[in-house]
Amino acid sequence: MKIAVVSGKGGTGKTMVAANLAFTLSLTRDTTLVDCDVEEPDLHLFFPASETSLDVTVPVPIVDEKICDRCGKCGESCQYGALTVLKDRVLFFPELCHSCGGCTLACDKGAIKEGKMRVGQVTTSHPLPRLTLITGILDEGKPLATPVIRAAKERAAWADPVILDSAPGTACPVMETLDGSDACILVTESTPFGLHDLRLAADVVEMLGVPAGVVINRSDGNDGTTRELCENRGLPVLMTIPFEREIAQIQNQGRLLCAVRPSWQKDFSSLFSECERITGGVR
Amino acid sequence: MIRLAVISGKGGTGKTVITAALAHLLPGSHVLADCDVDAANLGILLATRLIRREPFFGMQAAVIDPALCTQCGECREVCRFHAVNPGKDSFPVNSTRCEGCAVCVQACPAGAIRMEPRACGEICLSGTAVGNLAHGRLFPGAGNSGLLVHAVKKMALEDDCGSDLFLVDGPPGTGCPLMSTVTGMDSVLVVTEPSVSGLHDLKRVVTVARQFTNRIFVSINKFDLDESLTRAIETWCQEEGTKVLGKIPFDPAVIEAVRNCMPVTHVSSFPGAQAMQALASRLDQELGA
Repeated sequence: MKIAVVSGKGGTGKTMVAANLAFTLSLTRDTTLVDCDVEEPDLHLFFPASETSLDVTVPVPIVDEKICDRCGKCGESCQYGALTVLKDRVLFFPELCHSCGGCTLACDKGAIKEGKMRVGQVTTSHPLPRLTLITGILDEGKPLATPVIRAAKERAAWADPVILDSAPGTACPVMETLDGSDACILVTESTPFGLHDLRLAADVVEMLGVPAGVVINRSDGNDGTTRELCENRGLPVLMTIPFEREIAQIQNQGRLLCAVRPSWQKDFSSLFSECERITGGVR
Repeated sequence: MIRLAVISGKGGTGKTVITAALAHLLPGSHVLADCDVDAANLGILLATRLIRREPFFGMQAAVIDPALCTQCGECREVCRFHAVNPGKDSFPVNSTRCEGCAVCVQACPAGAIRMEPRACGEICLSGTAVGNLAHGRLFPGAGNSGLLVHAVKKMALEDDCGSDLFLVDGPPGTGCPLMSTVTGMDSVLVVTEPSVSGLHDLKRVVTVARQFTNRIFVSINKFDLDESLTRAIETWCQEEGTKVLGKIPFDPAVIEAVRNCMPVTHVSSFPGAQAMQALASRLDQELGA
């Protein structure tokens, strides 16, 4: 069972839900938690432990200037403008490269080989006896998050259950996180922003056909509009977390609600059962 | 023209609420852009009327002509994004996976593949009481948010390059949309909050923003929720030589204003609104300096 925790809007509490769900599950079974918010990975702050790290690299072209005759075919073939052929050399802009390999195919002189460029790292730690934390970290200044997310997910390919904490939004990083997930938890808050962005996130999971349910966070009890949207979109409300200054404080200080207040463990256990239910029990 | 981007690293720290407040409080004429194209919310706080709307085309996508396709599988071999999957009678391209690299076009011996424009979203220009607002909408699951950010900024400046201030509400994160947002801006305001995640994400986003500008300012939102973390943020900013221009208290009146889709400045007597006024005037001094 792979569960992705997603939200259109940032800061609704994805990391809080993912961390507490994984913590609770790990009390009774081996659990893997994957931080797929590689631009701003924060889960490790809640689970400090020593970690091992592996580089994430992507293939990039290396032009052999001795063989290259500046014919310009590589530059023409590159759809991203990452290669510019001058009179006496070829300029490569690594931040524009998507690692598609097109230039190597286009060069009929065999002057382009591929080398590796580091874009981030994946760390692994075991902060609790039955919890593995895998974190994707995009290097600061690197634009493309998806290869790092993919690498982090690959390290959890055979684990079960897996909780994936997504980046906010609805674009490529979210799609990459959701790809292959059995269920999706959409975390929202009852504000006009939360509602607007929940609608967008619901569009994405619907398009991908991932069974989903909603967690309403920081609820002040007036969730009518959110619940109405959930009902119209066929999204069950899996859990409601009230707004309490103390809950916010626990989270802000990098502590876990389920550890500080163990009574919450049963709520997160039922959240997992609810996820199993919406997938129809399919593992 | 002063170009200011409001960013945060971590999502949900209050970028949009503060951007809307600054749009009301900073002097001079403004043009605005909402560069959080995944989930654009600035328009919710500023009553908008649509001026114009344009389709946004991202990278082209590959389309295979089934009449010419011999099902040799070359395209599938060369595609690194796993966008070509064998179908019953043809090789359909999964357009959400296709990154528009056109490597398959090069590889196809039958000439059966062509690249076609792909509508990925739309760009809109709307009027508000505090200046025109350019904003975008990405279709669900569409990529190219960095390109769309660029298109949104371009639309804002096309119509209003003579304004005193170009004010941009940025996306969370540090990747492609954020970098596209900060490109060409001369100042950045980072909105953070007193949480371990807020501080961690602040450090990362400042590192990225420095590659684009040295004029980086910080505002701490809901600072009174954890005074010791607020001090930790202030200490870090001091060490880095980054000025903290504002500290905004947690104020239920702010939440209430947002719930009613009103800019916070409508309740100007409340502590949250007063702190935003103080932030705006210090920011105005810094930007003018």
